[in-house]
Amino acid sequence: MSEITPGLWELVFKGLWITVQLTVFSAALGAVVALVIGLARTHRLWIVRFLSGAYFEIFRGTSALVFMFLVFFALPLGFGWQLVPMWAAVLAMGLTYGAYGSEIVRGAVAAVSPAQREAGIALSFTPAQSLRKVILPQAWPEMVPPLNNLLIELLKGTALVSILGVNDITFAGSLVRNATGESAPIYTVILVMYFVLAFVMTRGMRLLERQAKAGIGQAPPKRRKLSLRQTNDLAASGVSGGTGGAA
Amino acid sequence: MSADSTPTNPNAGGSKETANPTVDGSELIRFDKVTKRFGSNTVLDELDFKVDSGKHVTLIGPSGSGKTTILRLLMTLMKPDEGTIKVGGEYLTHEERGGKLVPAGDKHIREVRKNIGMVFQQFNLFPNMKVLRNITEAPVHVLGLSKDEADERARELLDLVGLGDRCDAYPTQLSGGQQQRVAIARALAMRPQVLLLDEVTSALDPELVAGVLDVLRDIAHSTDITMLCVTHEMNFARDISDQVLMFDSGRIIESGSPEKIFGDPDHERTREFLSAVL
Repeated sequence: MSEITPGLWELVFKGLWITVQLTVFSAALGAVVALVIGLARTHRLWIVRFLSGAYFEIFRGTSALVFMFLVFFALPLGFGWQLVPMWAAVLAMGLTYGAYGSEIVRGAVAAVSPAQREAGIALSFTPAQSLRKVILPQAWPEMVPPLNNLLIELLKGTALVSILGVNDITFAGSLVRNATGESAPIYTVILVMYFVLAFVMTRGMRLLERQAKAGIGQAPPKRRKLSLRQTNDLAASGVSGGTGGAA
Repeated sequence: MSADSTPTNPNAGGSKETANPTVDGSELIRFDKVTKRFGSNTVLDELDFKVDSGKHVTLIGPSGSGKTTILRLLMTLMKPDEGTIKVGGEYLTHEERGGKLVPAGDKHIREVRKNIGMVFQQFNLFPNMKVLRNITEAPVHVLGLSKDEADERARELLDLVGLGDRCDAYPTQLSGGQQQRVAIARALAMRPQVLLLDEVTSALDPELVAGVLDVLRDIAHSTDITMLCVTHEMNFARDISDQVLMFDSGRIIESGSPEKIFGDPDHERTREFLSAVL
């Protein structure tokens, strides 16, 4: 039984930094994939829908870990070059979690009222303008909470890369365990670290959600009273005596 | 007052003029044998009619008779199954290529569509934009107006609809009547030749209807914009219309001046309908 030495702590904090990087890079790739695949799945051309749907089903139905192995071990055999484990991991995680994310994007875009698209047509927007100015800004607040869940899944999923030998915190944890001969202290520390990371991300996403809601004229969900419609409207007086807000 | 349509009028004994000049200068909208079906249900049945520039035409009739479909076809929210529509002498959903009429590309449709504006039953303002940007977005990004120019035009229009002080509100912060008035301003900001009004007061609380109709009356009387209006507000229809078209089962069964249609309609079906709604 021995102490966790400063040298070992350094290993853990380096691992923490690697985990953060893995999460950020995978999330960035995943976000791009989610947006592209998610929108492609609502495309009017069936071939685009078919291909993007196939991508989604394949990545949803396969294991990120096995895919990571495939990228890391099989690519060199086939093509004669090998990705650094870190990038193999980012690629595998980004493509997989991007596929999950595409479902969130697709759902949120589909949930925007068709009437909004019609209003865009009536103003002669191109489909791209309509998407950028009208549809996506309204779909975004709907996406944030489920994307937050996915992001936390992704964070915890990064632990898989320790199997490839990437020195993230989980990997560092196993090194420390070997050095000290004790599991409980170091793995407790690492659990707490994951929790803190997840908590910080959740707070960040809350902020994002609040901002997104304010951006479509929905007040922050602080003072949520029992009124269905906002009738506390100054200029309503310009119309007639009292607007009939349901009591 | 105009008799500028070629309705299928059973009472007239099929005395439909067939030798119409293709373009008579002031003709703005023309439907030629337009048919629209939803499944086995024929909503419009070889409909012919035309509207002259500057006229205000009201479409009345029981629900499901095809009135709203006409507006949606004009706005290209749907395409006709058969027949052609012309706006300002241009085919709306078709193009002439090599002497043949082919379905038009998106670009052509967008170009012709710029002449048409629409106000919807449910307002359909963009909730992610404040009032002013709702109005300026299309003039800036579709017509290519400068930001300042678009802002100025939007403020004038908001004054016109009585909401000059609400530029910075989000649509959700406005009452239904206010939202609809912003929607009218938004449509007008594109300077369309034709304004389509699709039951614009049907979703409003009764006490908010008058404000919206006043704005529309004002526009009808002070501009030369052509209006096609689907409404259940018969008094409003009587006030602003040059011509009233009575629809039933996808056909125009009667058309005429508001005095004629509301006062002494020829057709039994029109009489029935009016006595039910008035």
